Amino acid sequence: MTNGNNSNGNGHPLAVHVRRVTKTFGHGDAATHALKGVDFDARLGEMLLIVGPSGCGKTTLLSVIAGTLEFDGGEIDVFDTSLHGLRPRAVTEFRKRNVGFIFQQFNLIPTLNLIENVSVPLIINGIGRRAAEKKAAALLDELGLEGRGQDTPLNLSGGQQQRVAIARALVHEPRLIICDEPTSALDKETGTHIMELLRKVARKPDRCVIVVTHDNRIFKYADRMTEMEDGRVQRVHESFGHFEKRGDQ
Amino acid sequence: MYHIALKMLIGDRAKYIMLIGGLTFAALLMTQQSAVFFGLLSWTTSHLRNMRAAIWVVDAKVEQVNEVKAMRDTDVSRVRSVTGVAWAVPLQAAILQSKLSDGNFKPIMIIGLDSTTLVGRPSRMIAGRLEDVRLPNSVIIDDLAVQRLSVGRPRPLQVGDTFEINDKEARIVGICKADRHFFGYPYVFTTYDQALQFSPKSRKMLSMVLAEPAPGWTAERAARQIEKETGFSQARGTGLRAFTEDEFFWSTIWWYFRNTGIPASFGTTILLGFFVGIAVCGQTFYSFVLENLKHLGALKAMGASNGLLSRMLMLQALTVGVIGYGIGVGLTVLFGLLVIGKGMPPFLMPWQLPVATFGVILVICVVAALLGIRKVWTLEPAVVFRG
Repeated sequence: MTNGNNSNGNGHPLAVHVRRVTKTFGHGDAATHALKGVDFDARLGEMLLIVGPSGCGKTTLLSVIAGTLEFDGGEIDVFDTSLHGLRPRAVTEFRKRNVGFIFQQFNLIPTLNLIENVSVPLIINGIGRRAAEKKAAALLDELGLEGRGQDTPLNLSGGQQQRVAIARALVHEPRLIICDEPTSALDKETGTHIMELLRKVARKPDRCVIVVTHDNRIFKYADRMTEMEDGRVQRVHESFGHFEKRGDQ
Repeated sequence: MYHIALKMLIGDRAKYIMLIGGLTFAALLMTQQSAVFFGLLSWTTSHLRNMRAAIWVVDAKVEQVNEVKAMRDTDVSRVRSVTGVAWAVPLQAAILQSKLSDGNFKPIMIIGLDSTTLVGRPSRMIAGRLEDVRLPNSVIIDDLAVQRLSVGRPRPLQVGDTFEINDKEARIVGICKADRHFFGYPYVFTTYDQALQFSPKSRKMLSMVLAEPAPGWTAERAARQIEKETGFSQARGTGLRAFTEDEFFWSTIWWYFRNTGIPASFGTTILLGFFVGIAVCGQTFYSFVLENLKHLGALKAMGASNGLLSRMLMLQALTVGVIGYGIGVGLTVLFGLLVIGKGMPPFLMPWQLPVATFGVILVICVVAALLGIRKVWTLEPAVVFRG
């Protein structure tokens, strides 16, 4: 199913459209209903935060939107493509082209150098090794890691590792960036720098950035914020943080 | 992605070395033990290589070449009279005692050849002349005999020297190269008549008859004809049994399989090598996959397909397999080079052996890789979002 020209009331096209999505882990008495009919939208050009207490279902919601976890019921459209009913191989293809990931623990491969780590999504997308590494090196330079391309992640601080992870998420120019607790493993100052960097380099008019967090220090960077509780969306804060301060930016 | 797979593998030094070590050990154990086993088996058939003949005629109850059941002298004539036999000559093979200079005794394998034709003669002479073996009390000894029978002498035995066989003087007229016998006895070649002189007297002295098929007859057909015309029956123990060289070779090999614990003993060690390889490689590789599960999950989340990840794991497993195999077989060859000159332990590595070992190592690697691949196929990429 597609949404055609889905947009919100303000004319911002929708990037992600989620309706009545359910997800249950386990069976019978051991069943955990992680998502209980979630309705949720994310728009192009915005940085959206999903917040809520631990166990409220925000990471599960992020996983099903990213196509890394199958959902039980409801509809999810990402850039007008319905994930419901897509074969696993097609979901993988879709994810490969359209989604960039930033993880809480960075998930950089320790035995690869920074350039190789960043070039991975390009190589998965079929770009030649040399071209991929060239582009990866250029992006690392842009993110303030000039001359560190041959280092391995183990030689970097947490903040530097997250910069590399950001580069890896952006290098193949995906339209959806998924960030799972990107600052929770960082101190306050580094976390602030990372969020500023993320806002600066990731946020674009044709891209949507979704951040799951319960780090209230970074709420101010959100354009909108969705609050979850007990597997449902409780509230959506429109015109939040920078969005409020910087108008329609 | 394959260079990334290799860097992931090599980057984990401990597991990389462990995998290569396990596979090296498995390849070494399987190849080296098999080579020693084949070497030992080749010793059981040394008669066939040291005394070449198309047809070997023996007593009806004989099953393998090292088994001597004496026949009557007239049996040579019986074989000669068979249609399809061009010629037949007698052969005497017996284990006798030779006396060393220091007074000790050493067993030897005396081979008595037909004095006219010298059929069954050694093919590689190191010193002396083959024809001189027809001189009275003359023998040709192999290089092992030089080594074994020179004990107590100021210098190794050489042409012209004498020693005692069964209290009779034997003069060395030649030294030859011969394949080593299973029992480790040195070969001493002489003529049939002289061999009878060296041997203790008994009613029947003929050990074997060597024969050649007539023109237009194959060795196999002539052998069957000998059995037919002499009334061969293994069950009744009558007539004469005839083998072609190839038949006698395999009959001997199977006899040792059936009647000795050698195959079981070596087979157990070789199987052990296989299972150690499976266990070490499988467990280490599986643990390598488990440790990299987060990274593999991240790659999967980023769009790497199950097929791509499977090929990466297969490449990693095969890489350590090829390296481990190379080192293992290399060490086996080194072992072979070290022992072949000394002649102990037996060592024979036909080309089929490293090929077979390579196949087995591939099986080990594929099994190890499949354990990891199964894990990766069932891996939810969402695992990367869980702490």
